[in-house]
Order: sequence, then structure tokens, then C-alpha cells
Amino acid sequence: MFWKRQIPLAIAFLAGLIFAIQYFVPHRVSQTIFDWYTDWGIVIGAFGAILGFYSISRLHITKITKRREGWLYSVATLVCILAMVIGAIVGGTEKGTFFAQMYSYVFVSISATMFSLLGFYIASAAYRAFRARTALATGLLLAAILVMLGRVPLGQTISFWTKWNPNLPSLVDIANWIMDVPNMAAKRAIALGVALGMMLVSLKIILGIERTYLGGGD
Amino acid sequence: MKFIEKLMSIDRRIIYILIALAIIIPFFVPMGLPIPITKEVESIYNYIEDLGPNDAIIISNDYDPQTKPELYPMVKAIIRHAFDREVKVIVMTLIVTGVGLAEEAVKEVADEYGMVNGKDYCFLGYRPGWGLLILGMGVDIHTQFPTDYYGTPIKDIPVMADIHNFDDIDLVLSFSGSSIVVSWLTMAKERFGQNIAWGVTGVMAPDYYIYLQSGQIVGMLGGLKGAAEYETLINKPDTATAGMDAQSWAHVIIIVFILIGNIGFFITGKKNLKPNI
Amino acid sequence: MHLSPNIWVWIAVFFTLCIYSFLYKDNPFYKFAEHVVVGVSVGYGMVMWWNLSVVQRCWVPFIEQQRYDYIFPAILGLLLIFRLSQKLSWLSRYTLGFTVGAGAGVGLPLTIQATILKQFQATVLPLNFTTWAGICNFLIILGVLSGLIYFFFSKEHKGVFGGVAQVGIWFLMIGFGATFGYTVMARLSLAIGRVLFILQDALGVNVG
Repeated sequence: MFWKRQIPLAIAFLAGLIFAIQYFVPHRVSQTIFDWYTDWGIVIGAFGAILGFYSISRLHITKITKRREGWLYSVATLVCILAMVIGAIVGGTEKGTFFAQMYSYVFVSISATMFSLLGFYIASAAYRAFRARTALATGLLLAAILVMLGRVPLGQTISFWTKWNPNLPSLVDIANWIMDVPNMAAKRAIALGVALGMMLVSLKIILGIERTYLGGGD
Repeated sequence: MKFIEKLMSIDRRIIYILIALAIIIPFFVPMGLPIPITKEVESIYNYIEDLGPNDAIIISNDYDPQTKPELYPMVKAIIRHAFDREVKVIVMTLIVTGVGLAEEAVKEVADEYGMVNGKDYCFLGYRPGWGLLILGMGVDIHTQFPTDYYGTPIKDIPVMADIHNFDDIDLVLSFSGSSIVVSWLTMAKERFGQNIAWGVTGVMAPDYYIYLQSGQIVGMLGGLKGAAEYETLINKPDTATAGMDAQSWAHVIIIVFILIGNIGFFITGKKNLKPNI
Repeated sequence: MHLSPNIWVWIAVFFTLCIYSFLYKDNPFYKFAEHVVVGVSVGYGMVMWWNLSVVQRCWVPFIEQQRYDYIFPAILGLLLIFRLSQKLSWLSRYTLGFTVGAGAGVGLPLTIQATILKQFQATVLPLNFTTWAGICNFLIILGVLSGLIYFFFSKEHKGVFGGVAQVGIWFLMIGFGATFGYTVMARLSLAIGRVLFILQDALGVNVG
């Protein structure tokens, strides 16, 4: 228990305390400790990636060996991993190589297209669910519509009333105001809440109250 | 009433087709609507406009391919402006899957301007552990990037000769679809006083107006519209500007559908639609 | 219009259409593309990690610059791998204790400085009800304070407190509306990007 739990918690406490204090101490020794940390931390991080590669490879290998549903797709995943690694070893990673082309034309294309699907879903979902059911929902709906119109070039063009009286705000002006005032105030309240929460979590880690990062067991 | 009910139960695939048409048709029938400039974009433009050959900026491509359509045009527009001003450009990335995009963007614009790698700009590539990396760069960039992406020792790269840490950098611009931009603010701005500006996806932009109002960042490009604004400011229209008409019409289609849904909602006694998206 | 002679462009078009086929319904083409992108991204990550993290950031400084102090973080890094063993996974806790503790320590003053203090400071604005800017300042102060009160759940939202919290909900709703508007813009931008790729790069259409 002592070696498995108390020592790691003591390390976290000492490391947290030293680096929190270090911020306020502009001494050479303090700076050297900070330099070491930035250098060493990156070396440690390099090893951490091994865990990620192992987990994903094991997941797909298990799926194939146990012939689970969709195992053929896992073959495609593993073939692609191998193709990229072998491609880089044999042909290098420079522009025009197999490795670089796979990145530019396969990885980039599929990733960007996957996210773009949401553009279609959001349209259908808005049509079905975005209702002015209550006063608050109407406020949300109006803000959304005004921002959607005011943030595209069409917003300026269709603000016909500004031709009658240039002092009247265009849709662009209204969208700018929404972003700068009520949106900003709301997001600041959220950000302050999150930051206060983060501060407390950091303190709990340093003081050993928050220990879930150690994982289960003794 | 039947008509209203039909209007209330439009098949999702019809909506998809209309959205697709609203995106495709404007490319063939462009309207070329003027793009209004926001102050958050203009402030970045003004900042870079004041820089010259003795100044240097870092462009950190902290995004992966998912958000390429929004962020890539921003990066190109900023690099173009920097090259126009003959500012030294240092390109890097904090995201491993962003290396290819970062290299592609800087090479494309450098070829366009006849700029030479190592002399006018350099590509440092990727290093892991972004928080630590940023903190380390504040101390010494050469330690964090002993070589550039191509393996050339950093001390042998002429453009890096006088650049050692954030004291020698005029502006850091981070482009990201995640909260990495805030790491730049927390680590580089608050710890080392480095001036920061960023380009973010539309999803992230509303959350970051708080840093504009507090004056913690120089400016912000938000989504494809931000990129189009910058292209307009430097007078070099590219893909973002070309996409603005499509963006306008697709928004109109979505607003029309929201209105149809709401009109039907009130006429038919506030019934809900099936959740079939 | 001239079709691209580059086979890679057509491979990209094929995968783009595979993904878009999901809009009709789930199908094997979509699933195939989905698994291909996982493989390619992991493979890409592995190669970049080896070249840029292991070789350039660890091996080169260790061998060429004689940074022998790197042995210590390397040992800590190796301990992380014990996470995979059921019996010895506790060894990885030393590394986690150091990295998480140090991260919390470094982050604590920076978060307080960058977000809490600076953001509160930026909310302290001059009030002047005779100008539009002054009224906006009042709205910002009201929005931030009422929003914070809404998130304070230790006291029941009743009476004046509840009323202020209700004002906070209004600000939050407008904020969420703005986020929705921007999200629509962002997602459509991605679709525009793909359409531009097919029109420009594959079909060779001169757009815009």
C-alpha cells in the first residue's frame, strides 16, 4: 500500500507544490527546475504514445482472431496501419511519396467529409426540433437566426432598411452586438465557472484528495 | 391542413438534397456579395501590416484534417500577408496529424512568393506535449526544436539565427479546432507576455469573445467567414471567399426550414415531429 | 472543365462519396472508409511519433548533445508501459504522480492568472447610462454576474436570487443561440470544402 499508493501521492504533492511555488520565484535555481521539467516531460510523453498504439492494435487484432462482427473491417484498419509504416520505411515521408499521398488524399478526405456530414444533420435536426415553444426558446431561436444571417455576406445585402436610414443597425451590426455583449457575458460566466472548477481540481490533486488518475486497485 | 402536415413531415433526404444544391449552385452562379469585415479580424491584419523584415511570427497549425476546410484557408491568407510584409515566418504544429497540412500550406504559399526554406521561413514540424513545449519555447526554442522538420540543425538555419525565445517573436498565431489555443494564452501570454492571436473553427469562436473583450488576444479569425474576411483584407480572394455565397444560401435554406417547422408547429396544435434526422 | 489525371484525387473522391453515402443509410462502403481512416491516422501517428518525438527529441539530444540526464525521464516513461501489466501496473503510478502533480502545479497559477483574475478584471467596466457603450457595459456586468448566480446551486433559486438566476438563463440562452448559429456555419463550411475539392481538384471546374 505504501509503495503502491502513498509514494505516488507524495510525488504528486511534492511536484505540484514545487511547480506552483516556482511560478512566483524568479531565481536561477527555480528557472533551472522549470527548464528540466519542460525537457523531461516531453521525453516522458514520448513513451506514453506506446500505450495508445498498443491499445488500438490489440483491439483490432482481438476482433479479427475472435471473428467478431465486422472483423473484416478491422483487417482494413490493420492493413492501413502496416501500409503507412512500411510505406514510410521504404519510400520515406516526403511530399509525393506513398505515405504523404495517403495522408493528403485518404486521411484528409475521409476526416473532413465525416465532419461535414454534421452540416446535413444539423439542418434536418433544426427543422424537426428547433421550436419557439417558450419565451426562452424563442430568445435562443432568434439569436441563432440573427447570427446565421448576420455572419454571412447576405446579411449585409438584405438589410434593406439601412438604405432608408443608415443609422439603423444592419443584420451584421446586430450579430456583432449579440456576439460582443450577451454572448460574451454568458460565455464569461461559463468560463469563470469552469476555471474555478479547474483550480479546485488542481488543488485536490496536489493535496491528494483527487486520486482517480492513479487507477483502481491497492 | 393536409398541406401543412405534409410540410411538417418532409423527408430528411429532401432536406439533404436542398442543402447540397444550396452549396453547389452558387459556385456556378456566383453573386460575389461584399464580405463585411469584423474588428477582430481587422486587428490581426493591422498588427501584421505594421511588421517588417526584422520581425518574426510563429504560425502554429494546431489542427487536424477534420477541420481543414475552415482553418487551412486562414493559414494560407496569414502566410501570404506575412510574406507580403517580408516578415520571417516560423511554422510548427502541436498536433501530430497536422504536420502534413502545415507543410503543405507553407510550401504552397512559399512557392507562390518564391520564398526559400531556411532563409525566409522555416518549418519546425511537430513535437509532443503541447503545454510543456510552449513553456519550453518561452525559455529556448532551440532546445525544444533541436532540428527543423527536415532534420537540419536549428543553429544552421539562417532565419532562426536571431530567434531564441518568445522575446524575439512578435506574434504567435495558433489555428485550432480545440482548446489548444487557450494553452497558448495560458502558457505563452500569461507566463512570457507573448502576443497571441488565433484562428478557430466556427464552433469554438463564440466561446473566445471573452478573450477579445479582455484584450488578452490581438484578434481572432472565426470559421470560413474569418478566412474570407482576411482574404478580402489582403485582396487575395481564394477558396474561403469562393465559399461565401454557398455559405449564405445554405444558411437561408436552414432558416427557411426552421420557419416551416415553427409555422407548422403552431398551426397543427404544437405537435412534435418524429425525431428522424 | 477537365478531369484530374491524378489517381489519388479519384481515390479521395471515392472515399468522400463512401462517407456521404451514410446520408442515405448505413452501409459497408461507409464502414470501410471509417476503418480505413482509423488505420491511416494511427499509421501516420506512429511514423511521426517515431521520427519527431523519439528520434529528434529523445535520441538525437541523448547521443549527439550528451544529454545523459534524459535517462531519468526515460525511466519514468518506461514505467508508464507497466500500465499494461495487471500485477505491475502500480509502477506506472510514479510517473503519473509526477506528471499529473507537476501539471496541476504549473497550471494552477496560470489558470488563476489567465482566466479567473483577467476575466473578472475585464468585467469591471465603467457604468454610464447616457451612452450606448455604457449600457452595453451594464449588460455585460449583469450577464456575467447573473450567469454565475445561475450556476450557484448551493442556494435554492427563489426570491431575488431566483430572479437574478432567471436573468442569467436569458443571457445563457442567447449565448447558446449564438453558438448554434456558429455551429451551423462551421459544419456547412466543412461541406463547402468537400464540394470545392470535388469541383476544383477532381472535375477541374473553375469556380467563383
